[in-house]
Amino acid sequence: MTEQQQKVSRADAGSFVAAPQGGAALEAEVLPGLLPAGAAPEGRRASLWSDAWRELRRNPIAIISSLFILLVVLMAVVPGLFTRQDPRACEITLSKLRPSGEHWFGTDNLGCDYFAQTIYGARASISVGVLVTLGTAILGILIGAAAGYYGGIADALLSRASDIVLGIPLVLGAIVILTVIRSRTIFTVALVLMLLYWPTVVRIMRSTVIGTRNMDYVQAAKALGAGNLRVIRRHVLPNAIAPVIVVSTINLGIFIAVEATLSYLGVGLSRPAISWGLMISDAQRLFRSFPHLLLFPGLFLSVTVLSFILLGDAVRDALDPKLR
Amino acid sequence: MGRYVLRRLLQLIPVFIGTTFLIFALVFAIPGDPIRALAGDRPLPAPVQEELRDRYNLDDPLVVQYGKYMANLVQGDFGQDFRGRPVSDIMAERWPITIKLSLAAFAIEIVIGLLAGLLAGLRLGSFIDNVVRISTVVIISIPVFVLGFTLQILLGVKWEIFPVAYNGTFNGLLLPAIVLASLSLAYVARLTRTTLAENLRADYVRTAVAKGLPRRRVVGVHTLRNSLIPVVTFLGVDLGSLMAGAIVTEGIFNIPGIGNQVFRSILSQESTVVVGIVTALVVIYLFSNLIVDILYAVLDPRIRYD
Repeated sequence: MTEQQQKVSRADAGSFVAAPQGGAALEAEVLPGLLPAGAAPEGRRASLWSDAWRELRRNPIAIISSLFILLVVLMAVVPGLFTRQDPRACEITLSKLRPSGEHWFGTDNLGCDYFAQTIYGARASISVGVLVTLGTAILGILIGAAAGYYGGIADALLSRASDIVLGIPLVLGAIVILTVIRSRTIFTVALVLMLLYWPTVVRIMRSTVIGTRNMDYVQAAKALGAGNLRVIRRHVLPNAIAPVIVVSTINLGIFIAVEATLSYLGVGLSRPAISWGLMISDAQRLFRSFPHLLLFPGLFLSVTVLSFILLGDAVRDALDPKLR
Repeated sequence: MGRYVLRRLLQLIPVFIGTTFLIFALVFAIPGDPIRALAGDRPLPAPVQEELRDRYNLDDPLVVQYGKYMANLVQGDFGQDFRGRPVSDIMAERWPITIKLSLAAFAIEIVIGLLAGLLAGLRLGSFIDNVVRISTVVIISIPVFVLGFTLQILLGVKWEIFPVAYNGTFNGLLLPAIVLASLSLAYVARLTRTTLAENLRADYVRTAVAKGLPRRRVVGVHTLRNSLIPVVTFLGVDLGSLMAGAIVTEGIFNIPGIGNQVFRSILSQESTVVVGIVTALVVIYLFSNLIVDILYAVLDPRIRYD
């Protein structure tokens, strides 16, 4: 993975040269054991990944959605950068003010500054999204790769286990589990979603690994005496990981929406946590006379989800050579 | 074919047992004493508590409880809630509304989703295509509860086009059905669009055009049938999840359906009701998956199961 990132950053620095395809790249695939580490020939730069990266940088939708995601992540990490107001310092006499120069997004029922609330609300959404996505991706890649590559009884048992978990609808299962848990935090919500969602990623990974396992270059690497771990790490994973990355990007948006839904239903995060789902839930009763209470968290929530979906779509298009 | 169906049915059994046991264990792991919750402020006399515990098998180990529950279930007995009302009665009262809602949503999803996908897929890059692409991705990114409750206020309260909440008429189900269908509708449109566009580039389509067939026949007979395979898969699986996904929609519009019931039962620890409804949902979900797999073979003659 670090190698991928290096490759990507090298391409980013503009040092990308359209190297002749074919010979060198093929050789590097077939003769991994004979090359010292880090001495990859020039041809390797024209990999699927560097091509995809080039494609992505030229795609305006990918750039705009990445910028917005960056903004929301900044809001989540250092909310103080955007507002000096303390979202919990509320003045009940200032209840339900409309947006103004003083309070950009107005104030909520308790007189808290709504702009500060919206900024601070990003943290819950982004944390849950990132935690669940990372958790399911790591679990999915490790388990899926092992199951797909080795097969056998472990694979069969795992497939049945994932069938069982997949039989439970995501939101319904999360509601059932979360009602059991008394103190619900970002971590518990993320953990529950992870528990219910890992099989989906395992399935995707497993099927692409099975597809890759029997490719000629994998057989060649084996014939040259590469061990199983090396084959998986150097040959199978880089070629089978693309679908998981695409699905994970899109899922990040979906998980953010699910977290908001659970908080809205009253089984996700609870006060004094600040989250867009909770804000929308509170806005529900007051929406008719104070539409701004729904508008701002709803807008931020939707645009964040939208950005991840659009970015995921762009990554998929960039990674799919058929579309070029 | 018959043997394939049989094998798949047999495979369903362990999955069914595993999933229902998981749900059963989770629900009964809810801390707190349901008997005490039932009694409220004034505790019940000890003998009554004993009697109730005995009746609901609350003192048995979990696996034994599950076994007894399943033994009753296969005989059609879903047990009773803590007020003594049979769960099957509750379900009989709630299911019809949810089924009506899901079917209405399903119809909307098929008609509008397919139509939008077709119009977009036939002319990639056209104005309609862009409208469909942008509107579907926007619909997908707005969480259902935000959409539902915005539409409820706008169309229901402000402009009074639809009833605000469910009032027992079909008209009252229309707006909830649109909200429930929205997400799947967007997926159907996008799926139809991509597969149609992909298949229109296929060699056999070029051959059909070269033979001089009219465009209607090329699209209608040659392309559409192949393009619909992934769409049908999605639709089949989706009918199951529409019913499970009605929790939020039924909550917003106050529809007394199965989703509303299961959510309230979870909050009030009515374990038997929760397990009963979730079990029924799991069965629907598993069977819709099975039907989709069988439909594959019908739609695509290249796929044969032995």
